[in-house]
Amino acid sequence: MASSPPPSYRLLGGRIPYVEGPLKVTGRAEYTDDIQRPGMLVGRLLRSPWPHARLTSIDTSAARALPGVFAVLTGEKYPTPFGVLPITHDETAIAVGKARYIGDIIAAVAAADERTAERALELVRVDVEPLPEYSDPRMGVAPVSEPIHARGLLGSNIQKEVVQHFGNVDAAFAQAAHSVRVRGNFAGVTHAFTEPMATIAEATPDGRLTVWSATQVPHYLHRALAEVLGIPMHRIRVIKPEVGGGFGGKSDPLPHEIVCAALSIETGRPVKILFDREDVFYTNHGRHPTQNDVRIALDASGQILAYDIEALIDGGAWSSFGTVTTYYNGVLAMGPYRVPNFRYRGRRVYTTKPPSGAMRAHGGTNIRYSIEVALDMLAERAGLDPFELRRRNALPPNSKTVNEFRITSTSFLPCLAAARAKSGWDAKFRRLPYGRGVGLGCGFYISGSNSPIHFTPKMPQSTVHLKVDMDGGIAVHSMQADIGQGSNTLLAAIVAEVLGVDLDRVHVQRVDSDVSPVDLGSYSSRVTFMMGNAARVAAEELRAKLVAAAASLLERPGDALEVVHERIQDREHPERGVTFLEALHRAMESSGALTASGSYNSPAIGGTFKGARAGTAPAYSFAAYVAEVSVDDETGEYRVAKIWAAFDCGRPLNRLAVEGQIEGSIHMGLGQVMGESMNYRGARLFNPSLLEYKIPMPQQMPEVEILLVGEDDPEGPFGAKEAGEGPLIATLPAIGNALYDAVGVRFTDLPITPDKVVKGVDQRRAEGRPWKGR
Amino acid sequence: MSSPEPLRFRLNGHPVEVACDDPRILLDLLREDMTLTGTKRGCDLGTCGCCTVLLDGRPTLSCLTLARLVEGREVTTIEGISPPNGLTPVQRAFVELGATQCGFCTPGFIVTATALLRDLPHPGRDEIERAVSGNLCRCTGYRKIIEAIETAAREAP
Repeated sequence: MASSPPPSYRLLGGRIPYVEGPLKVTGRAEYTDDIQRPGMLVGRLLRSPWPHARLTSIDTSAARALPGVFAVLTGEKYPTPFGVLPITHDETAIAVGKARYIGDIIAAVAAADERTAERALELVRVDVEPLPEYSDPRMGVAPVSEPIHARGLLGSNIQKEVVQHFGNVDAAFAQAAHSVRVRGNFAGVTHAFTEPMATIAEATPDGRLTVWSATQVPHYLHRALAEVLGIPMHRIRVIKPEVGGGFGGKSDPLPHEIVCAALSIETGRPVKILFDREDVFYTNHGRHPTQNDVRIALDASGQILAYDIEALIDGGAWSSFGTVTTYYNGVLAMGPYRVPNFRYRGRRVYTTKPPSGAMRAHGGTNIRYSIEVALDMLAERAGLDPFELRRRNALPPNSKTVNEFRITSTSFLPCLAAARAKSGWDAKFRRLPYGRGVGLGCGFYISGSNSPIHFTPKMPQSTVHLKVDMDGGIAVHSMQADIGQGSNTLLAAIVAEVLGVDLDRVHVQRVDSDVSPVDLGSYSSRVTFMMGNAARVAAEELRAKLVAAAASLLERPGDALEVVHERIQDREHPERGVTFLEALHRAMESSGALTASGSYNSPAIGGTFKGARAGTAPAYSFAAYVAEVSVDDETGEYRVAKIWAAFDCGRPLNRLAVEGQIEGSIHMGLGQVMGESMNYRGARLFNPSLLEYKIPMPQQMPEVEILLVGEDDPEGPFGAKEAGEGPLIATLPAIGNALYDAVGVRFTDLPITPDKVVKGVDQRRAEGRPWKGR
Repeated sequence: MSSPEPLRFRLNGHPVEVACDDPRILLDLLREDMTLTGTKRGCDLGTCGCCTVLLDGRPTLSCLTLARLVEGREVTTIEGISPPNGLTPVQRAFVELGATQCGFCTPGFIVTATALLRDLPHPGRDEIERAVSGNLCRCTGYRKIIEAIETAAREAP
């Protein structure tokens, strides 16, 4: 399609340092635990040491009698169930009736100081009747004697089952030239953000409640507080201070946030609950432990005929985002390739373990690993280069998947071309000496969930308000939640770009539900796309007011004027112009301070069958990564030397932030491959600390070469798509496939620890299958 | 309980005298009693490095340090490293090169990097990696942090 070259921008597309960076590097950025309120009490939680137990009695009298104790709460006082998804409200703020995992909250205390609070917890006497422990999802797929939740499917512990079939999978396999099967097994992993959860709540005599919390979705917290506490939303004020990382772990409304508010209501005093690192691990909501079973059929020309997928997903004790997880483990397989026949059966099963939930590249990571390994195997069988196989199957732009996802922009082919050329693939693949190898892995992810979780009838998913007064500073309000990804900076840059002003005029205000219009927050990689569009609309409305004022000053029609740096001028006579402030002050003569509002709502897309909305997005990101590894097969240790990361995020609006997201995603994906694992013995989490749950060290990080090849997306703000989550996905299979190229072993059990490498190589040799002569 | 002797030490260049129970941890003393909240609490177990301060100039985990142990010594926190106006070269490089994302680990990295560059003005990449290996970052993948420290070192005289 012939088109004019994409426009260039003054700020967007460059490298924009974070606007709050100077506060962060000096320790002046304010996180929740940095806030002190007068007379603030300490809140502490009593956690269950039992994986599954009926709470027969809880005696809090001794704890209440302790001097310095202001309140002791048990579950009965606030029993209203809640949860991030309205269809699966199965959590309570404090356990009611029974405890469902080691770490479940069974009582809470507010006391004058930490020691008194701890002492009070010791004085709470809990009698229980132990119930069966269900530590493995396989234990819960059939009816069980004591279902973890009454809502389990037909007396089992199945939380959600998804069955989908498009086309005719059996017929496709019957005519396949090649087919493979991969059974993947994935340990649970967790976010491991550095800031532990923290919440402060303050109920005040005017009947209001203010909650400061380390949350990535202030709006859902706002809703859950109102529902459980029985207070209308307009009397609750949610404030989000700086948040020290989230990655999905701070996206559910969490029980302790509601407990903290309840303790403040009980005592009439401000209360703070600060988690220690064990609390963080037990709260989890990380990536689900998953077993999947993937079969792929290929025809003689190398076209994918069908996917047949099953997934068994270990949910832990709550639903959390689990219904979405169950869909995503199937439907996020729909790209980046054309799949004409597709069958999926996914089951997410409750276990008596810490809940799993949404973690960066939620639902798309584990299934992608198994598919990309299967494609690597199929390429080998079909005698095709792995790049060539993928090239032949790429989803075309402006197409539809078999389950009716709308694909608009895709630069997947340029991703493949860039990764292949830059990595020197053709000279390396199967040609490096034994112990060294390269592998290809590809990715596909939603750029924002098309369906908001809550809104019926539909309301905008993001709204941005602007206010500018005579000082010429522009206040920006939105409930978008910067958790380190740089959304405040992008918001400021979009406003500055449209108005032509310097970045230091734009002040993004702290999220505060009293003044911030609703944006649904940081999840599903939605912020740039949705907030960005809302910000653009708001800024354009403000610009129109300024241009009209400039037109009256210059006595020229508005369409003869252009907005340039800090100035509005005649396009044909640039010397005739007014400054930003001159235009502003003229515009204010009639109305005082100027305001503007913009919003974004996703388009109506997707099919009409049950579950059709899951995985629909206004755009998708695409990726092709090559990893190069070297393996010591004596010790099983390996090193990822380099990753070439070709990524399609449309137009990158802040290259510094996009690179940071890709490098950080690679770090997180590397961890899941190389060693991160929530280790359980039965239902007991065995490594709830950062000493035993190891995230990669600087020495383990590969060199990363980032190749941004996207073209402008037609609906993204200034052409942008997501870059926050999708960049994780391709990391894992690129490394897995590179290990195969290095030592000739297929690894399908993650993490791939050195013992598994040694065992795999030994087994290959025992079977008499030499690889590269060894 | 008899009240113990006040604790006397130098904090960010100034002598201080503060009431301190024997079991008091330095991190708690700094954050809660001195309201120096730039030093972050990430794990309380010495595993993350967010609470790093300088004790007599050496990077030290304040969450594993009994406050009593700093009697008569010099403690420098991120607040003491930061100039009254503007940023140090290390801080500036962290901002400009995107070495801070969520920012929660950042004060610990700045403290560690400041001590490194004081002792070793032109470190190699291995030396930087070794120096910061006690500081965890979950956002950046470390690459921009190391690049920032290298850049600050290049700008040093």
